[in-house]
Amino acid sequence: MDGLDFDVAHLFAGGLVLVSFMMLYQDRLYALLNIFALHAIVLAFSVGWQAYIQDAPQLYITAAIAIVFKGIIIPVALHRIIQRLGIHREIETVIGIGPTMVLGIGFVALSLAVMLRVTAEADRLAREDVALALSVVLLGLLMMVTRRNAVSQVVGFMSTENGLILAATGAKGMPFVVEMSVAFSVLVAFVVIGVFLFRIRERFDTVDAQALDRFRRTRE
Amino acid sequence: MSAAFALWCVGLLLVAAAIGTAIPRRHVATPIVYGASLVASVVALAGALAALIGPAPVSTATLPLGLPWLGAHFRIDALAAFFLIVVNLGSAAASLYALGYGRHEPAPHRVLPFYPVFVAGMNLVVLADDAFTFLLSWEFMSLSSWALVMAHHRLRENVRAAYVYLVMASFGTLCLLLAFALLAGVDGAYGFEAMRVRDAGPVTAALVLTFALLGAGSKAGLVPLHVWLPLAHPAAPSHVSALMSGVMTKVAVYGFIRIVLDLLGPPEWGWSMVVLALGGITSVLGVLYALMQHDLKRLLAYHTVENIGIIFIGLGLAMAFQAYQVSWAAALALTAALFHVLNHSLFKSLLFFGSGAVLTATGERDMEHLGGLIHRMPLTAFTFLVGCVAISALPPLNGFVSEWLTFQAILQSPDLPPWGLKVLIPAVGAMLALSAALAAACFVKAFGITFLGRPRSPAAANAREVDRFSLATMFAFSGLCLLAGVLPGLVIDALAPVVGGLLGDRMPVQLDVPWLSIVPIAEARSSYNGLLIFVFITASASLAVYVIHRFASRVLRRAPPWDCGFPDPRPITQYTAGSFAQPIRRVFGTSVFLARERVDMPPPGDRRPARLTVELRDLVWDMLYVPVAGAVDATAGRLNILQFQSIRRYLSLVVAALVALLLVLAIWL
Amino acid sequence: MALIHDLVVQGGQLLLVLLMAPLLTGFVRKVKARLLRRRGAPIIQPYRDLARLLQKDVVLADNASWLFRVAPYLIFAATWVAAALVPTFATSLMFNWTADLIAIAALLGSVRFFLALAGLDIGTSFGGIGSSREMMIASLAEPAILMIVFTLALVAKSTQLSTISDFMLSSHVGVRISLGLVLVGLIIVAIAENARVPVDNPATHLELTMVHEAMVLEYSGRHLAVIELAASLKLLLYISLIACIFTPWGLVRADAGLAAYVLGSAAWVAKLAIGGALLALFETVIAKMRVFRVPTFLGAALMLGLLGTLLLFVSRSL
Repeated sequence: MDGLDFDVAHLFAGGLVLVSFMMLYQDRLYALLNIFALHAIVLAFSVGWQAYIQDAPQLYITAAIAIVFKGIIIPVALHRIIQRLGIHREIETVIGIGPTMVLGIGFVALSLAVMLRVTAEADRLAREDVALALSVVLLGLLMMVTRRNAVSQVVGFMSTENGLILAATGAKGMPFVVEMSVAFSVLVAFVVIGVFLFRIRERFDTVDAQALDRFRRTRE
Repeated sequence: MSAAFALWCVGLLLVAAAIGTAIPRRHVATPIVYGASLVASVVALAGALAALIGPAPVSTATLPLGLPWLGAHFRIDALAAFFLIVVNLGSAAASLYALGYGRHEPAPHRVLPFYPVFVAGMNLVVLADDAFTFLLSWEFMSLSSWALVMAHHRLRENVRAAYVYLVMASFGTLCLLLAFALLAGVDGAYGFEAMRVRDAGPVTAALVLTFALLGAGSKAGLVPLHVWLPLAHPAAPSHVSALMSGVMTKVAVYGFIRIVLDLLGPPEWGWSMVVLALGGITSVLGVLYALMQHDLKRLLAYHTVENIGIIFIGLGLAMAFQAYQVSWAAALALTAALFHVLNHSLFKSLLFFGSGAVLTATGERDMEHLGGLIHRMPLTAFTFLVGCVAISALPPLNGFVSEWLTFQAILQSPDLPPWGLKVLIPAVGAMLALSAALAAACFVKAFGITFLGRPRSPAAANAREVDRFSLATMFAFSGLCLLAGVLPGLVIDALAPVVGGLLGDRMPVQLDVPWLSIVPIAEARSSYNGLLIFVFITASASLAVYVIHRFASRVLRRAPPWDCGFPDPRPITQYTAGSFAQPIRRVFGTSVFLARERVDMPPPGDRRPARLTVELRDLVWDMLYVPVAGAVDATAGRLNILQFQSIRRYLSLVVAALVALLLVLAIWL
Repeated sequence: MALIHDLVVQGGQLLLVLLMAPLLTGFVRKVKARLLRRRGAPIIQPYRDLARLLQKDVVLADNASWLFRVAPYLIFAATWVAAALVPTFATSLMFNWTADLIAIAALLGSVRFFLALAGLDIGTSFGGIGSSREMMIASLAEPAILMIVFTLALVAKSTQLSTISDFMLSSHVGVRISLGLVLVGLIIVAIAENARVPVDNPATHLELTMVHEAMVLEYSGRHLAVIELAASLKLLLYISLIACIFTPWGLVRADAGLAAYVLGSAAWVAKLAIGGALLALFETVIAKMRVFRVPTFLGAALMLGLLGTLLLFVSRSL
């Protein structure tokens, strides 16, 4: 049974990394949102599988949050807002898709190299999970950094957070995983709201213009 | 006294601080806070005296504060007991003084909460037995004194003084942090016990010594790290200035002694050369700066720099002797340095109390507006005179004894092998002698211009004597100066356990010597008897008075001053502080301060007044601090573009940092 | 018995220095006058001056303080105590262990301190001139004398004057360069400290030329008498000091007979006479220096002292 557990968990974690690469590859906003929904669903399956093999029923709640909140509600909400605000739908990258992918591969290699060495005494399953989770985190960060569009940066942030949840669930017996995932979700919600309020203000020139804006130049 | 008992006294001080914050009415809060501080200090002083003199062994205490796996360790050994005496004697006097002086404080709510915390911080630094507690207490001390310097924040110069102080204090703490980190090593053993037994290699020892010298030296006031002292010490209220000058600098000396002589083990002789050279330069420069001042408190602050130089000369000699295992001479040098620590805390506090009294009575700190105060404030003038005589190292008071012991230590040094020391020590001896002579000149100026002569302003003409508490404190310290001068053997014997604990040897027992003389090495080589000198001078003076009054005319009549037949009653014709220092400024100032005098004499017929301009440049400030500050400004200007980046750029920075750290982890593991 | 003997010697020294001081001053003035082809006042004139001053009223300035009135006695007491501890005819004085050479120098420093304060007390510009110039001279003379003390202490392995004179009397001395340097330095310092030409002119009251006289300008009557006596004592002290260190022959060591003491006293008087005559000669031959050349003059003494110490540090046989 151990072999099957390990293989399935490995499958889901690897799948998450693959989906992160797919997100890096996208250049249209709606497609990105769909891939992100897929990212969340794969995460949910991974967490659910962990709940099953670790015999930790509270992780099912995390999986549920992942599916409902990040797989459905957020992509739909973002879809609507993008439509209403008429935000630019092309994703401009800083360094081109090709070099971004190469960097992504480099990050995965780095995280595997570090994590597998650092966790030399741990359980094999946990080690692989943590290494792949770090890759997801780094890929999400890479996405935040190499995109000029605010929405894609937020999506990158959320995928980073997914990677953290993967790491948290992969480590057996970590307490407060559910609470952490709720907290992360709230954080994500606030970030999303914040980004869009910023955009709204910028677009419609509301009264709230702060004095500081005069002294800052922001480039998108 | 046990360490726990000392901690209770500190606790009382913190309670007093809390009370000071809570009670809003100043007439109620001031006596309570200062009274509580006085009680706590006196109790701690008594306990520390008992610990030093009695046969009590070393005592420790641990509190569950701070880092979870370390706790806070406290320890009283002989060195800590001695410095506790110095700290608590100073703070007891300052609290007693402040009971009277504090009534005139315009902003008590800015002073009362921080004063007990300051005293508590100093006590905790001396008590600390691990690096974390030490640094935490050091920061307490620095920050609370910074708050006290900022008490009168409406004056621009005070704000600037506090800013410079904060920068220098942070620099000092950073250096000490690095020193302790090096001492703790890779294992992270932060307790002093562990540091003592751990043998650091020569490179580490050199680095630790450098950082300790920079860190403790900046707080003590070694040149060139002294620049904050004359700005910050005058800015604080007078009792706080007394504590900062007289006590806090000694706590810095304690830090240096603890790190270098106790934790680090015997250092190489090369480092004693550095300490000696720094001490010598500091003493001469400090007193030269002091001579050029006409602000009374700034003069006293610069003079503290000189005395710290003298203390470090003694410490450097002790280090040099110890490096060659001549421990009896090292004991002599260290005893001289520690005696000077005690003496300086006594007379510098006394002088600051006096200047505080002058400030209260006249509202002036500038000597150019004072004068004639000996008639208006006779008691303050008397105690200030005692302080001036003591600090000028004149027998039979205490300043002379510690200078004498330092000279004796210098005279033992020709047998040290290295040529560097053979050339440096005579030069340092000459510098010490020079600074002693200039100190006398400085205090003739300070006392003479402030208290003697005729009043130079209405404020000085209308001064009144200050309150009982201030007078009591000043008289008490004058008495202590005299006692330490005529009974130096007691102090030397009290210091014996301290010196013995650090160096393994001590000076010969002084209480056995007949007539209470002190004999540092052997009877035939040198000896001094302060008590007999005092008795002789008093007896001769009384005999002279008796004979004169018996056989000479007793008539005395008053008349206007003779003044060679050119009497001018206007006070403006008398010497000012600047004019008194002019000959010395000409001799020493042209090279040290690039002093230039310019006279703008109008042509005949033009009735505008002539103008004399004296220009002095602080070379340390110009050559060290201005370039450093400029470089920091330039770098900050370049780095300022970081303030204006987009969110994405900031995120790139974060990611880059993360990747870099992971790479480090990957490569080095 | 030994105690009484010591007491007599110490007491004798005390009285002798006090009695001889004005005589020395008178002698110096007489020699100077003779060299200038004047007859000069009798040698005992200073005694008459002191007696006359003692009979006069003290005229005190209106704003003189208690310090002004107390200072003369303090100055006198300190000088007298210092003079009593310098071996004149005998090396082993009863109380010579109470103060060594450094303490004697510091006692003279306290004399200077109080004199300078007295100068500032009345608040006239003359007093200020005297005090400020005196402190400038002191700022170089004191380190010079301390370096001289160092050199002597390194040679004789002690700072006690009696030990130093004993050492000089013994045969271990030899001719040393450091001692020669110290002798010159000590002479320079003695001239500066006693307010003699070329540093200061004791016979004048012109603003340009006075240092010591400016500080005591306001004193009169018995106060002035005490101060003048103290100044004479100081001159005696310095000449005795130079004599006991560099010409110690005739100094009585411990426990000698009465004849030795008489001989010692006679030798001392002779040394004083020679020293006084040489001083008078030197003062007549040389002109007074400008005030700001004095630091160079004293700086030379400091350098000589430093050089002497350095030479001894570096090589103990030089």
